[in-house]
Amino acid sequence: MPSAPTPKVGIIACSGEELCEGTVTRLAALRVLHQLRRSQTVTICLPLFLAGGEEDRTFARDYPTITVDGCELRCAARGTEMHSGKPAASIVVSELVAESGLAKPEGRRRLNEAGQRAVDRVAERLAELVDQVLAEDPRCAREALR
Amino acid sequence: MSEHKRVVIVPCSGIGKPLGSVAREAAYELCEELRPESTDLVALSKLVLGEPAAQARVQRSRAITLDGCKLYCAAKLVKHSGGEIAHQVGVFDIYRKHKHLRPEGIAELNDAGQELARVVAGEIAALVDDIGRDGTASGGCHA
Repeated sequence: MPSAPTPKVGIIACSGEELCEGTVTRLAALRVLHQLRRSQTVTICLPLFLAGGEEDRTFARDYPTITVDGCELRCAARGTEMHSGKPAASIVVSELVAESGLAKPEGRRRLNEAGQRAVDRVAERLAELVDQVLAEDPRCAREALR
Repeated sequence: MSEHKRVVIVPCSGIGKPLGSVAREAAYELCEELRPESTDLVALSKLVLGEPAAQARVQRSRAITLDGCKLYCAAKLVKHSGGEIAHQVGVFDIYRKHKHLRPEGIAELNDAGQELARVVAGEIAALVDDIGRDGTASGGCHA
């Protein structure tokens, strides 16, 4: 008997090129996708909601999504909701860094030590949210029962 | 250089392939090292959102887009935002001329990927200089 498909959560990072917090979103998302929750997560490039096809725009309808934004503009969260569907959860790096008492990251091209700590913290929080969404989102529950 | 005469650089936000990381790295090499006085980096995510300040920046300046795959997200988003593209650069086209620089890694590019990014940045720097010289240089797609 074939095994049931593993439910997946979509991770969407703003990847904002102008700010070091954008670099943090990208690296934290990649760590979750490639290491921490490899088999439970997928991603899509944010611009594909506008530049891609209909199947790209249905991403947030097909998967519960968690957005990761660098700043209070929340381009990933608002862009995902505007063009695809409402995210199940979201993180704003600048807020999480402040709440966690971490130093402000520096170096959008090469993160400093504080930036690396921010990546650690954001990836950790993102992995927690993936577990939470997998446990609670009805789309994941349905998929797991198939 | 006054802000509206700066060339706007818009790299793709590719997160799934090494060539997306090359586009991002090349944009940083260009805007931070090679031509910091004449370029202005704009985050693609702001154009996805339709953020007014980012849209205004691409509307009042010539833009060079830098894409990692043939979906050309950066180019499409600049056009969608009402910007004028002076040059549309595909990293994959430049890679075709430098096959020995095979990029690997996304979070951290390998040495070949870093070198490819420097090559790409060097080619775009020449395009930026052309725009600065006559203010009208335009060349469509570039390999």
